[in-house]
Amino acid sequence: MEATGARRIGQSLAKQGILIAFALFMIGFTIANQRFLDPDNVMGVMRSSAILGVMALGVTFVVISGNLDLSVGSMMSFSTIVVLDLHDRIGPELAIPAMFLMTLGLGAFIGILVGYLRLNSLIVTLGMLSAIHGLTLTYSGGQNMDIDDKAGTWFSVFGRDEALGVPMPILIFALLAAVLGMALAKTPFGRKVYAVGGNGTAATFSGIRRARVVLSCYLISAFCVATAGLIQASRSLGSQNTVGQGLELEVLAAVILGGASLLGGSGTIFKTVIGVLILGFIQNGLLLVGLEFYVQYVVTWVIIILAVWLDVAAKRGRLWSSIA
Amino acid sequence: MQPGALSRNLKNGAIWAFIVLELIFFTVAGEYLSLSEKNFMDADNMLLLLKQSAPIGIIAMGMTVVMINGNIDLSVGATFALAAIVLLDSMTWPFMQAMGVGAIPLAWLFALAAGTALGALNGLIVWKTGVDAFIVTLGAMLGYRGLVFMYNGEQPTSHLNWTLVDFAEAQFLGLHTATWFLLLVTAVMWFVMNRTVHGRNAYAIGDNRAAAVNAGIRVGPHMMINFMIVGFLAALSAVVFYSESGSVNPNDGELYELWVITAVVLGGTKLTGGAGSIVSTFGGVLAIQLLRKGLSHIGADTETVNLVIGLILIAVLILDRQLNIKGREALRT
Repeated sequence: MEATGARRIGQSLAKQGILIAFALFMIGFTIANQRFLDPDNVMGVMRSSAILGVMALGVTFVVISGNLDLSVGSMMSFSTIVVLDLHDRIGPELAIPAMFLMTLGLGAFIGILVGYLRLNSLIVTLGMLSAIHGLTLTYSGGQNMDIDDKAGTWFSVFGRDEALGVPMPILIFALLAAVLGMALAKTPFGRKVYAVGGNGTAATFSGIRRARVVLSCYLISAFCVATAGLIQASRSLGSQNTVGQGLELEVLAAVILGGASLLGGSGTIFKTVIGVLILGFIQNGLLLVGLEFYVQYVVTWVIIILAVWLDVAAKRGRLWSSIA
Repeated sequence: MQPGALSRNLKNGAIWAFIVLELIFFTVAGEYLSLSEKNFMDADNMLLLLKQSAPIGIIAMGMTVVMINGNIDLSVGATFALAAIVLLDSMTWPFMQAMGVGAIPLAWLFALAAGTALGALNGLIVWKTGVDAFIVTLGAMLGYRGLVFMYNGEQPTSHLNWTLVDFAEAQFLGLHTATWFLLLVTAVMWFVMNRTVHGRNAYAIGDNRAAAVNAGIRVGPHMMINFMIVGFLAALSAVVFYSESGSVNPNDGELYELWVITAVVLGGTKLTGGAGSIVSTFGGVLAIQLLRKGLSHIGADTETVNLVIGLILIAVLILDRQLNIKGREALRT
């Protein structure tokens, strides 16, 4: 009995492991540097995590439905470049919806390939990573994109302004997280996403239109990417073609840290937000204690593997794998 | 003919047919569009193409093995960079400098050992923790890149050794050193996958892990060996490339994993494991390099290369699926 009791405690510990690790990190960094929990610092971390976070929200849907999205980084570059270019051509009022439509179009393309044609999402989005990058470069001619009249445009509200004392990127992130979190946890659609990711065949037999659910997930992801591109463009008012390069893997790291399984069927928006914050605070904490930015890469590596290891170990009830 | 044999032959030959198509297209289009006087099929141009295929190609051979085994390695780009740093930096160590020319093979050995060790670490984690290889190597991609930066900060690491440069630039029987390494690696890996117990087991594990376990195959060690192979080959690729260039930036090798996986998938290896061939991967590597060179030959912007390769990858996937469906129908009737 005691052994099972200990195991149960171990399992529930492992389930909440990511929260515990987060708490330990916060305590450690606060002891190491008093400025860490300073409201300004916390706000700064959250603001700089917002873009990554918004993208991670959409990828959470895709991952729960049992697929991957490696194209979000180049897609974010695309939407940033497009909205900046269109801003000067047709004005921000039209540029923003136009950019959202174009990004959603890309998402729909991926969704149709993965959902309706049943192609492997890893390769499709790998191909799209490359293709959208090429599309962006062709669109911009390889040039950086800048808004001409930086002082005279209201376009900067999404990235630079504050409302109720909170920076807009954080507000957008929080709002989107709340809406998508509700959609995933409380609506029939959300349950379908879990069902499709958990067991696609069973979901199909119980009358769920799997392809449509997958397509919806990629559309949500594209919408989030477009929002992230909007924040990025609005904050910088000028951008390189490679602004989102490499973000796809950081986003995925955040989602995995949050405990979503790559096999699909598990994960929540709340946990993804925690994953995003952990990455953000680690980065910031390491910088504050005077370590170079690249130390966070190594720390992230260790944390990802430990977090996922604890997760799978809790599920199988043993620490070490049974692979011979 | 056995049912399904036609589609199988079609699929195996597809990458070579694609290469021939590329050659014809770029030769003909080059006549009209190219600004240079030279033909696309110029011998020097083709030799250069082989040489330029080597860095991606050598790693792709290892990736093929890992993918046949049912795993994936996203950390090869970072391993590539780390091995390059070990190679160049170790030659500046005092005791190595005292050794003169003898330091070169030792530096190669250090770099190859570093790559193999990083691969072994990945393999060991996948084996012992049971965490998916995708996640383990995604983490390692970040972690190893961090190690690369920690080695020398954001500064490039440089060391030119002229003996080494001469070796790397040498041509034997018309082929460059890098090309010879690519061919050698292809031949050795073909042998390993087709003529050894390890190769057969790798296919078996990738095809059906549970069945492999029941057949008494020790899955873990085989997976670890395969990760060591890809780590070793990533280091070998770096060793061949940086012997010539002599300078490595901490960002070098970024996105290599994506290029390598694209080449392997173009060659027809399945992500789910159990199927794939070294020779087809060689075809995939050539196809990508031909596309890059060809597009620039006909004056297309280098930007379009990404677009075209991405779309071709997806097209191949759709085609592959259609052929598979055809094959199954043939079986049914």
